[in-house]
Amino acid sequence: MKLFAKSLGLRLMASELKVMFTRRRTWAMLAAIALIPILLAIAVALSSERLSPGEGPPFLAQVTQNGFFTGFTAMLLALPLFLPLTVAVVSGDTIAGEAGLGTIRYLLIAPVNRVRLLVVKYLASLVFILAGTFTLMIAGALIGAALFPVGPVTLLSGDTISIFEAFGRMALVALYTTVSLSGMAAVGLFISTLTTVPVGAMTATLVTSGVSNILGNIPQLEWMHSWLFTYYWLDFADLMRVPIEWSSLVSNLVLQLGWIAVFGALAYGRFTTKDILS
Amino acid sequence: MVELAIKTSQLTKRFGDQAAVDGIDLSVPKGSVFGFLGPNGSGKTTTIRMLLGLAEATEGTIELLGEEVPKRIEQILPKVGALVEGPAFYPFMSGRNNLLRIDAADRFADQKTTEARVESALNRVGLANAAKKKVHAYSLGMKQRLGLANALLKPRELLILDEPTNGLDPQGTREVRNLIRSLADEGITVFVSSHLLSEIEMLCSHVAVMSAGKIVAQGKIEDLRNEEPTRLILATDEADAAIDVLKSEGLGKSRIRGLQIITEVENDFDVAKLAAVLVSKNIPIREIRLEKPSLEEKFVKLTGEGFEVVR
Repeated sequence: MKLFAKSLGLRLMASELKVMFTRRRTWAMLAAIALIPILLAIAVALSSERLSPGEGPPFLAQVTQNGFFTGFTAMLLALPLFLPLTVAVVSGDTIAGEAGLGTIRYLLIAPVNRVRLLVVKYLASLVFILAGTFTLMIAGALIGAALFPVGPVTLLSGDTISIFEAFGRMALVALYTTVSLSGMAAVGLFISTLTTVPVGAMTATLVTSGVSNILGNIPQLEWMHSWLFTYYWLDFADLMRVPIEWSSLVSNLVLQLGWIAVFGALAYGRFTTKDILS
Repeated sequence: MVELAIKTSQLTKRFGDQAAVDGIDLSVPKGSVFGFLGPNGSGKTTTIRMLLGLAEATEGTIELLGEEVPKRIEQILPKVGALVEGPAFYPFMSGRNNLLRIDAADRFADQKTTEARVESALNRVGLANAAKKKVHAYSLGMKQRLGLANALLKPRELLILDEPTNGLDPQGTREVRNLIRSLADEGITVFVSSHLLSEIEMLCSHVAVMSAGKIVAQGKIEDLRNEEPTRLILATDEADAAIDVLKSEGLGKSRIRGLQIITEVENDFDVAKLAAVLVSKNIPIREIRLEKPSLEEKFVKLTGEGFEVVR
């Protein structure tokens, strides 16, 4: 068992997470993510105007009736730009950050196998995304419960689910979003192997999600839309029905795995043959 | 046949059309303290990167501790401690946590002894008191020490140290020198690069001199030094008469610097005999001595005098 843990590199994984969560930057980003539902809830609570259903972002009207919608609404607001921004920072930093500091040469002569380092780096960025999406949903639930009435949640399909079940849906949305962002994290990992300047890798990664979003909004390019890693991002609403509409989750998963396979392979090809000169 | 800790053959690294390392054959005997000397930009660090598998050789082969690099690199590296191109650490973590991090990366490291090994490495480089400080608060010298501690995390057979005294004050430089000596006494082969001749001269038993990507000299320091001729320095008020005597004694061309006459002689030249001859001819001697060749002259001759970076 111990040998198994050893070969999986769990110790390196634990160390990687320790480094990540020692950084103030990581905590600052999680705090900023938590701020999104908080600001949203406060703005809605302070505003005397009541939106009629259908006005403003989806779910916004429901927030005042049921605080649990705060997290879902905040997720819709955070997905186009803010969450990808944090993913770009973390995934763009994976290899380029170590190269920029020079620590990569000491890791490699420790020695750590390059493939193993790549895998651990990628998994650690997934852990960050998971932490981010759950932070957003939990902060949303807490502030929603503090400012608005809470109770059984009436879903888009008109069905009502219990509070307990609502928590389950929140967790599902957080997981769905993590899956959504996993392809982008692989793109970031690859870009990160190309440079020793972490800021450059972060920016480039963010640009890819921006470009993907823009392409996804050009109707003439519809043939490529379902191939874009941003395509299913906002479809987590399908998890808010009874019964749950799993199809978008499955297609999303398949799509993201495709992106992970392609960009994981590119990162592998690049990183295992790269001269470490930083 | 001497056992070699490092052996390269025709090792070459080209960047574009420029050869940073140009077909070098290094032979580092086991148990030696081997100085790798060369001016800035002569290809020392690139060579070290290839030795450690960080960069791929364009041509040539490397053997470290008898095994092939990069093929067997993961088996070799646990036995090799290294400092490459200066220390590098996470500034937001303490010195101690940085070492724990690197040890965690090493799949072959024994997890049970990690703490003890980290403490003893920190003690050995005199950083025990600063172990809990974050690295961004470290001075350059402290970072250098931490880098050395990292190289000493495990019992090693070979240490590859790239400019280990960079950024250290004279006190620290001396400590590092003593540290390297004590490591060598334990039987560890130490390969140390430097652009400072005095460092190498004080520490090393062997040396290789790099210049513009090539090894221009290699061997025991004593042998290298003896390649340069010994000089006879003779100061007298009767230079002409003295030069005649030197000629009759079969010595070669002399040159005159002030009162001094300088002539190249054999290493085992008998000064006392010459002095006796001079005295017998009533030539007054103000000064007569042999000057052993300095390594510095040899170094300058090999790598050029200029301050300019060669390329």
